[in-house]
Amino acid sequence: MKKLLKGNVAIGEAAIAAGCRYFFGYPITPQTELSEHLATRLPEIGGVFLQAESEIAAINMVYGAAGAGGTVMTSSSSPGISLKSETISYIATAELPCVIVNIMRGGPGLGGIQPSQSDYFQATKGGGHGDYHLIVLAPSSVQEMYSLTTKAFQLAETYRNPVMIIGDGLLGQMMEPVEINDSFLTPSQMDKPWATTGCQNGQRRIINTLYLDPERLEEQNQKLQQKYSLIVSQEQMAESYLTTDAEYLLVAFGTTARIAKEAVEAARRKGIKAGLIRPITLWPFPVSHIAPFINKSRAVLTVEMNCGQMLEDVKLAVNGKTEVYFYGRSGGMVPSSKEILDKIIEMRDRSYECCS
Amino acid sequence: MNAVPKIPSSLTDKQFHYCPGCSHGIIHRLVAEALDFHNVRERTVGVASVGCSVLAYNYFNIDMQQAAHGRAPAVATGIKRVLPNNIVFSYQGDGDLASIGTAEIVHAAARGENITVIFVNNACYGMTGGQMAPTSLIGQVTSTTPKGRSRVETGFPIKVTEMLSTLDGPAYLSRVSVHKPAQIRKAARSIQKAFRYQIENKGFSLVEILATCPTNWKLTPREAVKWLENNMIPHYPLGEFKDVEGCE
Repeated sequence: MKKLLKGNVAIGEAAIAAGCRYFFGYPITPQTELSEHLATRLPEIGGVFLQAESEIAAINMVYGAAGAGGTVMTSSSSPGISLKSETISYIATAELPCVIVNIMRGGPGLGGIQPSQSDYFQATKGGGHGDYHLIVLAPSSVQEMYSLTTKAFQLAETYRNPVMIIGDGLLGQMMEPVEINDSFLTPSQMDKPWATTGCQNGQRRIINTLYLDPERLEEQNQKLQQKYSLIVSQEQMAESYLTTDAEYLLVAFGTTARIAKEAVEAARRKGIKAGLIRPITLWPFPVSHIAPFINKSRAVLTVEMNCGQMLEDVKLAVNGKTEVYFYGRSGGMVPSSKEILDKIIEMRDRSYECCS
Repeated sequence: MNAVPKIPSSLTDKQFHYCPGCSHGIIHRLVAEALDFHNVRERTVGVASVGCSVLAYNYFNIDMQQAAHGRAPAVATGIKRVLPNNIVFSYQGDGDLASIGTAEIVHAAARGENITVIFVNNACYGMTGGQMAPTSLIGQVTSTTPKGRSRVETGFPIKVTEMLSTLDGPAYLSRVSVHKPAQIRKAARSIQKAFRYQIENKGFSLVEILATCPTNWKLTPREAVKWLENNMIPHYPLGEFKDVEGCE
């Protein structure tokens, strides 16, 4: 069944399909349609929508609800995610499954409300304190906002780990046809013996992130790191586009990948063998999808709507084997395919200078 | 010969880490007795906060969550919305509830969230070593007001329960003390009532309990009881500030 949906609404519908029955949030542009949609939809199906007094309260309600065994989501935008970050660290440490949506806007500071990808570092490198990781998914179409949201709930429950979906106002506001997957249309039935639901069946449960004994805290860190290693080995996702014979490899995610794809096609029309890797998981970063193409490529171009954040992970994946270029726009400015094409041509010219 | 009271089944047999003369032990027992009295131990979820009672999850023999500093009412809200038939309470000190957590307590109360809050007010930050709390009295010497709390520099102590009583949301708000046996019996009845209101779905209930902190007050336990009686009670009068049953 196909439906024409707005990106933000697609996330809401997918969450419901995946079994989400609890949403706690605080109003912030440009994720508003998601909250507003769920304010109507969740009560209709016996769920709970609660507008919290702050971003901080909202994420702490998520902590409590997830700890009580609820399938739960919150959404916000960049500065709101900064406010939530302390408790996101708690949620990761307590290993509570939940989904956090960040419809990013231009930063830093209060910034603007136009599309941006300036929270890549925040999403993938921490944001909050301590050694923790979120699983980070980056849709680049409304269809993916739907399918990756259902995937996010599965991953959250499988790994007992918070999952972040990052998009931007452009994806959140645009309408595209979406294939609705009916196979998820039952609330999550996953057994949660660790949830605090009352100790009627024997052993009591404690959800806690305090370890005053350093040996116990190190053990907890090692346990988390083992889980993260498993996620890195199992869950890397990326889309490859015209990469088989690519001499010039572009790496871009989300909205930017859509534009980079056009630039790759334009480059091909000019006889430049360009290709695109689109990371779908930003953490774990899809190194295994990039590595096979590095030796064959003359140069790599990372395109982002920020000042060069994913660039660091691309450089780590490339590991010095070829030149890595960057093109970025920030502050809510969106790169055009022409700008990217110009950068591809410049990269081609420079790589010939180096090699000849 | 008097019978020795048994440990309530809502308490574990773990020995408290609290200092001599601290009120937390008595208050833990009163909360546990109230849960036993209402026979809700097996459907109760408690929320521990940050402060001296951060380890409360070791002592209450129930399912517990430990919350970030000040956020216990939000965490309790999340739990209660998922488990509306369970009994959910937070256990918070005055630094946690009346300073960093003011937004969460005010809005949980304003929503009439059907939870119970046990609010322990000892007029200082106990765990970090007796710094000024929003509840510290004018003139009170603390480690961050070495010359005594000055109204010019640090303003006035917050009367949380009176402040919350201006809201329409709460069903029950009271302030009690545990510095004397008669007061302890009153506190026990108040805590029992607060939980009963939650069980009866009447809405938000909070019991503020004046508590001693001899270690940080630099007093003996006996002197601390006197100090509470002579200084705290005049500023923080005991009584019920809101009772939906009483108003009916």
